[in-house]
Amino acid sequence: MSATLKSYKPGQKGTIKHIAPSDLTPKLIEMGMHGGMQVTMLYAAPMGDPIAVDVGGYMLSLRLDEADLVIMESEDK
Amino acid sequence: MEIKRIALIGNPNTGKSSVFNHLTGLNQTVGNFPGVTVDKKTGTTDLPSGKKIEVLDLPGIYSIFPRSKDERIVLEVLKNKQDPNHPDAVVVIADASNLKRNLLLFTQVYDVGLPMVLVLTMNDIAMQKSMRLDIAALQQELNDVEIICVNGRTGEGIAELKKAVESVKTDTNRRKFGSIKLEELALDKAAQSADAQQRFSVIKQLLHKVNHQQGQHAISDATLKLDKILVHPIFGYAIFIGVLLLVFQCIFSIASYPMEWIDGTFLRLSQWAQQLMPAGIFTDLVSQGIIPGIGGVVVFVPQIALLFFFMAILEETGYMSRVVFIMDKLVRPFGLNGKSVVPLMSSVACAIPGIMAARTISSWKDRIITIMVAPLMSCSARIPVYTLLIALVIPNTIAFGFFNLQGLVLFMLYSLGLVSALLVAAVMKYLIKSNDRSFLIMELPSYKRPRWGHVLLSIWEKVRIFIFDAGKVILAISILLWALASYGPSQRTQDALALIEQPTASNGITEQDYERQINAVKLENSYIGILGKTIEPAIEPLGFDWKIGISLITSFAAREVFVGSMATIYSVNEDFENDNSLMNRLRDEINPKTGKPVYTLAAGVSLMIFYVYAMQCMATLAIVKRETKSWKWPLIQLAYMGALAYLAALLAFNILN
Repeated sequence: MSATLKSYKPGQKGTIKHIAPSDLTPKLIEMGMHGGMQVTMLYAAPMGDPIAVDVGGYMLSLRLDEADLVIMESEDK
Repeated sequence: MEIKRIALIGNPNTGKSSVFNHLTGLNQTVGNFPGVTVDKKTGTTDLPSGKKIEVLDLPGIYSIFPRSKDERIVLEVLKNKQDPNHPDAVVVIADASNLKRNLLLFTQVYDVGLPMVLVLTMNDIAMQKSMRLDIAALQQELNDVEIICVNGRTGEGIAELKKAVESVKTDTNRRKFGSIKLEELALDKAAQSADAQQRFSVIKQLLHKVNHQQGQHAISDATLKLDKILVHPIFGYAIFIGVLLLVFQCIFSIASYPMEWIDGTFLRLSQWAQQLMPAGIFTDLVSQGIIPGIGGVVVFVPQIALLFFFMAILEETGYMSRVVFIMDKLVRPFGLNGKSVVPLMSSVACAIPGIMAARTISSWKDRIITIMVAPLMSCSARIPVYTLLIALVIPNTIAFGFFNLQGLVLFMLYSLGLVSALLVAAVMKYLIKSNDRSFLIMELPSYKRPRWGHVLLSIWEKVRIFIFDAGKVILAISILLWALASYGPSQRTQDALALIEQPTASNGITEQDYERQINAVKLENSYIGILGKTIEPAIEPLGFDWKIGISLITSFAAREVFVGSMATIYSVNEDFENDNSLMNRLRDEINPKTGKPVYTLAAGVSLMIFYVYAMQCMATLAIVKRETKSWKWPLIQLAYMGALAYLAALLAFNILN
């Protein structure tokens, strides 16, 4: 199973594989989190949740539940 | 086809409101879309030919597919030709620095098939170069949609936009970006996801063709550096608390001056009307009902304006979304959202701007919960009530070595309000059913300098909504309260008035005392007075008598009216801080049934707790009705807060008595 964005550490970069099906899937895709997009985990809020990511040059905040829907390509390629 | 109405549509934070403001200036009105809580902002603009057209500002969205009831309005307005707001042409606003994501909405609107213009907003034209965006090539690709570049700050490009609207191509027989019909997608989330993914690949190809490359790192270093401090585990919270303290300091120290001035002006206006107009019911209605009623609306304006001044600055600079970011996890267990924090904190000044600020909460359920609990935060109108009662029943001594007991009680009343708001929110989380899942997929915009024009417009919009929408309800209730307090069964009032001793040279009764006694007797025998006596059996278990009952009813106009009503009933001067007569009267008040003082510690605490909980503010109810567009929520609020107030006061009285 591939890692999700939830497990990413600050500074870690990766490419989105796809978004797991859920109510929020279209919302995430519309906000630019679509397959093939490069994402950088920037930092987490003081309590570890939510997190801020850089997606295509703008900053998005996601709760960990939401980040868990973002399936990432495995890193070594 | 003639263009009579255009609609602006775009993502949030794209400069859509800048374009709207540049087009319409101050020619804006706020109205309603039926059935939803978002406002309909419309204005007019003059085209180069001199023709006036209507401009409709649709709510900012990322996709045409609705995620909430409120977003549904956009698709409805665009698709339904019978809709009264259906536009003849659409202007899609896209942020040039984030073109890929912004073009998703463009392709969806494009497929709807209305005549359209695409506006690319950019802060300066130099940016165009650094992004290597070849507008001419993009224009070639989208040949049937004219592209206009607009600078949101300076308004450069607005004239060209107007020209483009005037000459918009009305033949909309287009090839489409999407493969499936929009109607079929609206309900199917999986198909929507696939459609969005497909649109993005088309957009990618399109942008590749025009040789556009998104900047490697569009998030500025300044923003990342500021975030290091502003979302820091310690400094982040410390700065937020500091900002809150500063805002409240300003609100309390500045707002009190215009508020006193408004109070005084309306008082003089009343007296002036009373003297100038012939005596009679109509004069009384104007001078005692209508003028104070309008005054009761206007007096809130300084607080609303100041609070929204600060809120707009925090919003404009981008700091507000960082507050949401650091607070979200803390309030989530209570069924709230990071976006609930500022509305709740604002409610400490006044629940009205707090409830209006809850509009930024995109999840319907989180927003309703925030609105429902906001009035539990102790607002500034409770201060006079708390101060009077604390001075009356709490001894001015030192507790636990260094706390002033009176101060400690005041602190506890505020804490009680906060804790109750959180607990009620946690309960409502389970009671309110909703299909919308709470989420916080939110853009964290880069830090910017505030645009002062936007700040001022935002204040004006909020003040206008309050005065014209909520004001009507407030005025109506204050006239009703005035009528109930001024009139009673006439025989009963006459009999009671006859018993008052007239001032003469020998008995030492002054004209002022006489006036006060007459007012007290009139109030006692008015319909409200009778009502106060009628509810006495119900409030007796809380330690209250009918005089408090009257004050509870009259303070529905506004909580601070309590002090004035008590002063009238006890026929003394209401300035209890400088004149001890009200205090002394209250202390000497004996309950005729028990022969003991009415204002014991138990009764005083019970009354304070009652004021923490009770929904005694018609202005708040009016604004809740305005914001939720239904009487259902304000009535639920009135009922649940009343029940809490009664039970908590009952409990407190019985424990302490």
